[in-house]
Amino acid sequence: MNKDDNILEMKNLKTHFFTDRGTVKAVDGVNLNVKKGKTLGVIGESGCGKSVTAHSILRLIPSPPGQIVDGSINYQQKDNKIIDLGKLDARGDTIRNIRGNEISMIFQEPMTSFGPQYTIGHQIMEAIMIHNPEMAEEEAKNKTIYLLDQVGIPKAEERVDSYPHEFSGGMLQRAMIAMALSCSPRLLIADEPTTALDVTVEAQILELLEELQDETGMSIIIITHNLAVVSEVADQIAVMYLGREVEFADSDQIIDNPLHPYTRGLWNSIPSLDGELKELKPVKGTVPDPINIPAGCPFADRCPEMIAGVCDQGNPPDKIEVEEGHYVRCFLYTE
Amino acid sequence: MQQDTLVEINDLKQYFAIEKGIFNRKVGEIKAVNGVSLKIKQRETLGLVGESGCGKSTLGRAVLRLQEPTAGDIYFNQEDEKVSVLELNNRDMRKVRANMQMIFQDPFSSLNERMTVMDNIIEPLVVNNIGDKASRKKRAGDLLEQVGLRREYLSRYPHSFSGGQRQRVGIARALSIKPQFIVADEPVSALDVSVQAQILNLLKKLQKEMDLTFLFISHDLGVIRYVSDRIAVMYMGNIVEIGEREELLRNPYHPYTEALLSAVPRPGQRRNRIVLEGSTPDPINLPSGCIFRTRCPYAEKKCAEQKPEWENVEGEHFAACHFKDSLELKGIKNRKRA
Ligand SMILES: Nc1ncnc2c1ncn2[C@@H]1O[C@H](COP(=O)(O)OP(=O)(O)OP(=O)(O)O)[C@@H](O)[C@H]1O
Ligand SMILES: Nc1ncnc2c1ncn2[C@@H]1O[C@H](COP(=O)(O)OP(=O)(O)OP(=O)(O)O)[C@@H](O)[C@H]1O
Ligand code: SF4
Ligand SMILES: [Mg+2]
Ligand SMILES: [Mg+2]
Repeated sequence: MNKDDNILEMKNLKTHFFTDRGTVKAVDGVNLNVKKGKTLGVIGESGCGKSVTAHSILRLIPSPPGQIVDGSINYQQKDNKIIDLGKLDARGDTIRNIRGNEISMIFQEPMTSFGPQYTIGHQIMEAIMIHNPEMAEEEAKNKTIYLLDQVGIPKAEERVDSYPHEFSGGMLQRAMIAMALSCSPRLLIADEPTTALDVTVEAQILELLEELQDETGMSIIIITHNLAVVSEVADQIAVMYLGREVEFADSDQIIDNPLHPYTRGLWNSIPSLDGELKELKPVKGTVPDPINIPAGCPFADRCPEMIAGVCDQGNPPDKIEVEEGHYVRCFLYTE
Repeated sequence: MQQDTLVEINDLKQYFAIEKGIFNRKVGEIKAVNGVSLKIKQRETLGLVGESGCGKSTLGRAVLRLQEPTAGDIYFNQEDEKVSVLELNNRDMRKVRANMQMIFQDPFSSLNERMTVMDNIIEPLVVNNIGDKASRKKRAGDLLEQVGLRREYLSRYPHSFSGGQRQRVGIARALSIKPQFIVADEPVSALDVSVQAQILNLLKKLQKEMDLTFLFISHDLGVIRYVSDRIAVMYMGNIVEIGEREELLRNPYHPYTEALLSAVPRPGQRRNRIVLEGSTPDPINLPSGCIFRTRCPYAEKKCAEQKPEWENVEGEHFAACHFKDSLELKGIKNRKRA
């Protein structure tokens, strides 16, 4: 059962893809919690399983080839009832009701979220009216304009009648954020919400998300490879590597005191604007193919602190609690 | 040590016509680069930063004359001779072009998929008729090792490589004819942080080994700080500020630079930034006077009436703002963790 202040608890979640090339263990034992009214940041390099984790929550994994093969995704509903989203029928009414009503998602690919044949405004209004059948069309349109304006679309009252192809990539991304917010979700999953945007626009969007969180108490999962964004907006941070979280803690803990060698490598890769200019010392090599995950710690072949005979033999235990609430998967922290 | 100017750009303009209707009637112009003057010194990296669409790539392409600029002059210092690039005929241009190369953002479209890694790398040598088969092969192998890949990869095709590996091949290709000057257009933007850091370190190493001069384009101020000796800030087709790296970042003179710096996310910085009002102006109807005035928190009447002067400085810190001497703007030294 969930701790009371967690809206979502993922335990040992495994989502695999059964392909001709072999089994892709895209998510292979993830443990993550999202607190009510708080923001969880998920970071990690391309292909580590961030989007697959997010899609698993909403049961949007294409099947075949994908399947949730193990673990649970416990979600605490409005009435405090807890349901395991992983066990629901992916095409059933329950998950469809939750999707877009209680949990909504900003997708990494903005182009795919809007159909080409209707105006942006029409599509957002539609979403609003599905969830508020009693709302008048006029009111839904006003709300749409308000939302577009909030996400920084200039001249929203005119642009509401534009078609998707008349928007730039950055504008589409903002429109999608407006759509995701239109149902006032309890949990918002934002997959790379600001990647296509300039810093000044990104700043506006992050500010908007924080304001909404203060007003409505919604929880947020923000997925990104931009460490600066995460460190600013997240209350807690999970670092993923090859389908698992390798470190999970409060933002301050993980920023000031990173424990996992991979997290340290990431931190040493960011060219910072603060303090003295330091030489970057990135992790060597590249992420292995998730079909051929090596035996032992998946990070061992790139790890500067690898303990021969230990790290390359077995898997490090999950969830070693090094300080309160600060978890890591690494043999350096076993007795 | 005195650093000589390698590239000098004077009042460069690149306009694009906007056409409408079946007769392609010209209905307006996008002033993508609108009067840029810059000096790039031998062996330095000049970082060029600015928001999407401000004209960075267009400027980079125009400097290499990959596009014919609308107006202006470009001078390139070749073997102590100052050549006026835009006045060269095809043959002489070819000689100069061998000295200037470009590294592109997208490691997936910048290589020819149907050619081996080796043929991709030596293509500039072939085009410029440099060396014979054996010497080209040796050079390609040496370059591959220099960028951190194995010589055996020469016979492979690009499709089997990751983004970071492809970018390394793209760099080897740009270096094959030993250019002096390289325009690197967002060379790491498509890469993950650790691969990005590997490539940035590689470029810095190669610069030392080969005495390279870079115009380095990026929208990421952290990246720009890491690689640049000096930084130029671009807004709507204009350079608005230029200066030595730390000096500009710590002590900006232009309100746009201040806003850009304050927008960079960092821990504990929330709600402490200057959120610019409105969006970038319509590039077809540029504002009168100062290009930034419609969004500038410090704008006064003079800003609408008069365009601030731009001086083509060398070395010093300069901004195109009427109030550059009186405004007290915040730079990175004022950023602290809460
Ligand atoms: N439909 C699918 N079929 C097969 N493999 C898949 C499928 N979807 C994802 N994968 C694989 O699962 C792994 C994790 O992918 P995922 O999209 O979650 O990565 P990510 O962390 O979101 O990366 P990025 O930062 O690039 O978005 C990758 O190796 C990917 O190739
Ligand atoms: N060939 C072209 N024809 C018409 N307009 C163009 C052309 N190339 C660029 N533009 C326009 O010129 C302006 C500057 O574009 P440019 O690509 O130089 O911007 P940028 O600063 O490199 O942006 P980004 O950071 O997104 O790469 C934009 O408004 C763009 O639409
Ligand atoms: S378990 Fe070993 S190989 Fe893995 S991160 Fe820790 S020290 Fe490195
Ligand atoms: Mg993803
Ligand atoms: Mg560009």
